[in-house]
Amino acid sequence: MTLSEPGTDELHYPLPAPDPLDPPKEWAELRDRCPVATVTLPSGDHAQLLTRYDDVKQVLSDPRFPRVGGGQGARISDSGGVFDSDMASALPQSGPAHQQWRRLVMRWFTAKRMAALRPRIEAMADSLIDEMLAHGQPADLKAALGFPLPVWVICTMLGVPDSDRDRFSYWSDTLLNLTRYGRDEIVAAQTEFLGYMQAHVQAKRAQPGDDLLSELTTEPTADGTLLTDAQLVGTGQGLLVAGHETTANMISKMVAMLLADRRRWEQLLADPSLVRTAVEESLRFDANPGIGMPRYIAEDVALGSAALPAGTTVMCSMGAANRDARAFDGAEEMDLTRSPNPHLSFGSGPHSCLGQALARTELQVTLEVLLRRLPGLDLAVPVEELQRVEGLAVGGLRELPVRW
Amino acid sequence: MKVTVDEDRCCGAGQCVMLAPDVFDQREDDGIVVLLEAEPDAAHHTAVREAADVCPAAAITVHEDS
Ligand code: HEM
Ligand code: SF4
Repeated sequence: MTLSEPGTDELHYPLPAPDPLDPPKEWAELRDRCPVATVTLPSGDHAQLLTRYDDVKQVLSDPRFPRVGGGQGARISDSGGVFDSDMASALPQSGPAHQQWRRLVMRWFTAKRMAALRPRIEAMADSLIDEMLAHGQPADLKAALGFPLPVWVICTMLGVPDSDRDRFSYWSDTLLNLTRYGRDEIVAAQTEFLGYMQAHVQAKRAQPGDDLLSELTTEPTADGTLLTDAQLVGTGQGLLVAGHETTANMISKMVAMLLADRRRWEQLLADPSLVRTAVEESLRFDANPGIGMPRYIAEDVALGSAALPAGTTVMCSMGAANRDARAFDGAEEMDLTRSPNPHLSFGSGPHSCLGQALARTELQVTLEVLLRRLPGLDLAVPVEELQRVEGLAVGGLRELPVRW
Repeated sequence: MKVTVDEDRCCGAGQCVMLAPDVFDQREDDGIVVLLEAEPDAAHHTAVREAADVCPAAAITVHEDS
């Protein structure tokens, strides 16, 4: 593919990637020669793809530019999926109402809360690894650890019983998927999930427990109102959708990147104090983070690379931005000691990931526990045989076969 | 070193508290940053600079020369 004549070659998005852990070849070329590129989305609609660090950061952190949805801006795909569904519309997406909701929920995600939650997450990771060891090697680390851990954690926060965790995983998978499931399957899963959550919220109102939803039933927002049932349901759904597959996939991708060049793993074994910076670098270096964040440009804006007129839909590629040599020294090298590491994997500004302290804690704990329990961990297949999950708003690997 | 924080910009990501818990805290009720030490000891300078660099809301300002 050549980008030399913009406009003549249609660039279909998402871009195909050559190898499981390597970025699409186009990223570097786009950053250098076409930092605002017209792409065709799966729906057939068009968007402008941003790939430079400064541009992506500026758009993501500008509170005037909401996520697309609700009929505003381009559609991502025809088959639904989280960006197009009205599932999240019970939650305010922008403006003061969004800030109020966010501040209410934020208290559950402070660094202190996360420190308190850490031992529980560690115990979950240990018990999942016990089970993986009991089944013998090789094992699929994604199915054994990466996928269940974050849903266990979210279920705990929402006060959902352990026995319903598997259903939660399935719902979460269908809600996020842009192409793997058909429209009917997605709608059926959404309906089922909605029904479950409504009943769950009512149960929490009747009999509050020690969880986020129970507390929210009685906690007023800054202007003194209580969240409605629909907003509570939306909060639970939103946290599951935003926090499950993202973290699940990141666990597998992180471990895959660290094992793909085993000197990285050995560096961590030799100095486990690098776990924190290694997690940040894995987030930065992730070549398959999903399609990026779409934004609707509501007012004319001047970016470093170009001016965008009001009415444009942009797709912010945080993955491409994270490898921009204008922002990171040795951007194409994975450096486990990199610091500071202002990557954009959690977005930036007022909408940036609300669960990032939790995600960081889960990734750090997973890595610590793996280093402690399975120092001999290695890939059970050559790196080239790892397979990407296609069609997810969140990118990942299909499986992560490991031995130890 | 002097540090200031902008509560209105803060999005409660908690990066600062994870990096420099002696200098930053978060309010119990909404996670917004609280500055514990406006003039932190030299021992904290590296962590504070890192916090300012990675704060997703650019809510932390470090004045090096004062
Ligand atoms: C490695 C794991 C994760 C990644 C890469 C990730 C990434 C992101 C990104 C890119 C955004 C959008 C930012 C924007 O629109 O500018 C976001 C938003 C969000 N994330 Fe995460 N996330 C992760 C884990 C989590 C977890 C564990 C939770 C909670 C349980 C969570 C909850 C949220 C919520 C609620 C939002 C919406 C925030 C808002 O609208 O104000 N995320 N995340
Ligand atoms: S890192 Fe920035 S946004 Fe996050 S709590 Fe600290 S000041 Fe607020």
